[in-house]
Amino acid sequence: MNYTVRKFDAVIVGAGGAGLRAAIQLSEAGYKTAVLTKVFPTRSHTVAAQGGVAASLGNSEEDHWHWHMYDTVKGSDWLGDQDAIEFMCRKANEVVVELEHYGMPFDRLDNGKIYQRPFGGHMSNFGEKPVRRSCAAADRTGHAMLHAMYQRNVKVNTQFFVEWQALDLVRDADGDVLGVTAMDMETGEIVVFHAKATIFATGGAGRIFYSSTNAFINTGDGLGMAARAGIPLEDMEFWQFHPTGVAGAGVLITEGVRGEGGILRNSAGERFMERYAPNAKDLASRDVVSRAMTTEINEGRGCGPNKDFVLLDITHLPPETIMKRLPGIHEIGVQFAGVDCLKEPLPVVPTAHYQMGGIPTNYLGQVVVPKDGNQSAPVQGFYAAGECACASVHGANRLGTNSLLDLLVFGKSAGETAVADLKNSVNAHKPLPQEAIDKTLARVDRLNHQKDGADVHDTRLTMQRTMQKHAGVFRFKNMLAEGVQRIAEIAGQVAQTQIKDKSMVFNTARIEALELDNLIEVAKATITSANARTESRGAHVRDDATDTPETPDGRDDKNWLKHSLWYREGNRLDYKAVQMKPMSVDTIELKKRAY
Amino acid sequence: MEEERRARINRLKWHCRRALLELDLVFDRFWERHEGDLDGQGEAALERLLELQDHELWALVSGRETTDDPQLKQMIERLREVSPAANFE
Repeated sequence: MNYTVRKFDAVIVGAGGAGLRAAIQLSEAGYKTAVLTKVFPTRSHTVAAQGGVAASLGNSEEDHWHWHMYDTVKGSDWLGDQDAIEFMCRKANEVVVELEHYGMPFDRLDNGKIYQRPFGGHMSNFGEKPVRRSCAAADRTGHAMLHAMYQRNVKVNTQFFVEWQALDLVRDADGDVLGVTAMDMETGEIVVFHAKATIFATGGAGRIFYSSTNAFINTGDGLGMAARAGIPLEDMEFWQFHPTGVAGAGVLITEGVRGEGGILRNSAGERFMERYAPNAKDLASRDVVSRAMTTEINEGRGCGPNKDFVLLDITHLPPETIMKRLPGIHEIGVQFAGVDCLKEPLPVVPTAHYQMGGIPTNYLGQVVVPKDGNQSAPVQGFYAAGECACASVHGANRLGTNSLLDLLVFGKSAGETAVADLKNSVNAHKPLPQEAIDKTLARVDRLNHQKDGADVHDTRLTMQRTMQKHAGVFRFKNMLAEGVQRIAEIAGQVAQTQIKDKSMVFNTARIEALELDNLIEVAKATITSANARTESRGAHVRDDATDTPETPDGRDDKNWLKHSLWYREGNRLDYKAVQMKPMSVDTIELKKRAY
Repeated sequence: MEEERRARINRLKWHCRRALLELDLVFDRFWERHEGDLDGQGEAALERLLELQDHELWALVSGRETTDDPQLKQMIERLREVSPAANFE
C-alpha cells in the first residue's frame, strides 16, 4: 500500500472549538499549520452547545474567578486538578474578550457590555447564591463561536484538510510524537502528516453508548489513536448523563423546560422528584435528577410497554408560553417521539452527554504520562485540548458552560505551548519511524481484505447496548464485571470487522469501521475503569458504595481520591494523585458535595 | 456508471454527517429508505440543502421555517416524511 509524506510545523486533528482556537495561536505566530477534520469546521459538534461560556466578568453583579474556581472544584467532586482549575477560571475573561474581538456576537446589556445569565452550579461568594456568569449568543453560542474562530483562521492562513480521517499517531522509539497518518476521504489516499507539534482536539466519544445526545461524528478518534500509541486514558469512568434525552432517540431536551415548570412523572403519574429533592425538585442538579429517574425505572415505575422511560410533562403550561419560550421543544417532540407536548407528556431517559475523562494533559495543554518516577512527564511534540483531553478541570462532574470555556482556554494554551516549543526547537523534523506507519497500513489493509468478518453496524450496536446496560447512570458490581468481559468479546469482533464496499471515493463504510476501532478503545477504558473504582463520585455512581460518615454518599477519599489511568496494552490500570495545590491560592479543602 | 453513482451517493451520505444529532437521525432514516430511488433531481436538491448551516437546515426540516423554492420544498417534505416520528405514529 502506498503513502505520501507532507511536512508541517504543526498538525491539529479536529476543527471544533479547541482545534480552531489552537490553530489561531500557531498560524498567528507564522507556523505552517495543518488542521485535519472529518467534516467542514463549522459542522463540528461544538455547534450544538447552547448554554454559553462561563467567565467571571461581573457585568451584571459582583463576581470573581476564585468563586468560579470554588464552584468548579466542588462540581468536580474534588477530582479536578486545582492548579488547572485555577488556571482556567483566571484565564476565562481573557479568552472571552479575545473571542469578542474575533467578532463573536455575544448578547449585550443596554450599556454595551456582554450580557450574562445564571447557570446551574455557578454561585457567588463560595457557594452562597446563584450568579450571572454565562456569556451567550442567544441559544447558538457554540455555532457563533465556531464561525468567529473559523473566519479568524482563514485570515491567518491556517491550512484546512477537510474530510480527512486521521488514522494513527506516529510515535518513535523515544516516545516522541512526530505527526499522524490520515486518509483523504475523497480519494482513499493515505498521507503521513510529519510535524514537530501534534495537537489533538477530536472531541468526545458519546457514541459508545446506545442513548447519547452526541452527533454521529463523536467517535473518540483521538482517544483511540492515543490508546493504540501507548498513551493512557484518564478518568474514563466519568460520563455526564443529561436527565432529559428523548427516549429511543437521545435528542436533548434543554433544562429550560423544567425551568419553565416542566414536571417529571413516573407510571403512576407521581411527581417523583419531590421524594428525592424536596426543595429543588425537578430542578435539582443533573446527576441527582438522572439517578432519581433511573431508580424509578429500575424499581418498575417506568412508563411504556417496556417500562423503560419516565415522562416530562408540560401539558399544564399555557400553550403560548411553550411556543414562545420553548419553541424548539414542540418540534423535537413531534419529530422524535411522535408526541404533541402541548397535549401529551414527552418520554425521556437519562442520556450520555459529556465525557469528563480523556487524554491526560497539564494546564499547558501538554500530554503527560507517568515516566521514570514523574507521574506527569510531557510527551514531546504532543498536545491535546477540549473534550478529548483531561486537564483535569471537570474531575468527576462538569458544570454547564465550563465545556466551552475549557476548549477556549486549553485550546489556546496548547497552541501557545506548541509555539514556545517550536521556537526553542533548533532541530529539523526527527526521522519518521517506519514501524509506526506500517501499523496504520496493516490496519487499513486488514479491513480491505477481511473475509467472513463481523458486520460494522451490528457490532457497534452490540457495543452501544452493552455499555448502556452495564455502565449507565447507575452501576452495579456484578453488571460491571460482566460488562468488562462482554466488551472484551466485542473487541475481538471489532478486530475482525468486514466491509463489503471496497471503493476508494468517499467510502463511508470504511470510515465507519475505522471509527469503530476508536470507539471500542473508549468503551474498554470506560468499563474497565468503572469496574475498578469501587466508590461513588460525581457522575460515577455505584450501588455497592455505601453512605457512611467516612464515605459520604459513597465517596471514599481515603482510597479513591486519585485519577485512573487506563492502558490499552494488557487492559491495565494505574493511578495518579489529584493535584490539590492550586497555583496561587489555598487548597479548596475536601467536604461533602451538597447543594 | 454504477461506480460513479455510488461515489456521488457516498459523498452525499458523508455530507449528511452533521453537528446536530437531530439531523443525523433524520438523514439516517432517509438513506435507509431512499438510497435506491434517489434520482438526479433529488441528488441536486439534497446537495443544495446540505450546504446550509445546521441550525438553518434543522429549522426547515422541523417545519419552524419554510422555503418557497419548489425543489428544496419537495426534498424537505421527503425528509419530514421519514422522520422517526412519522414511523412512531
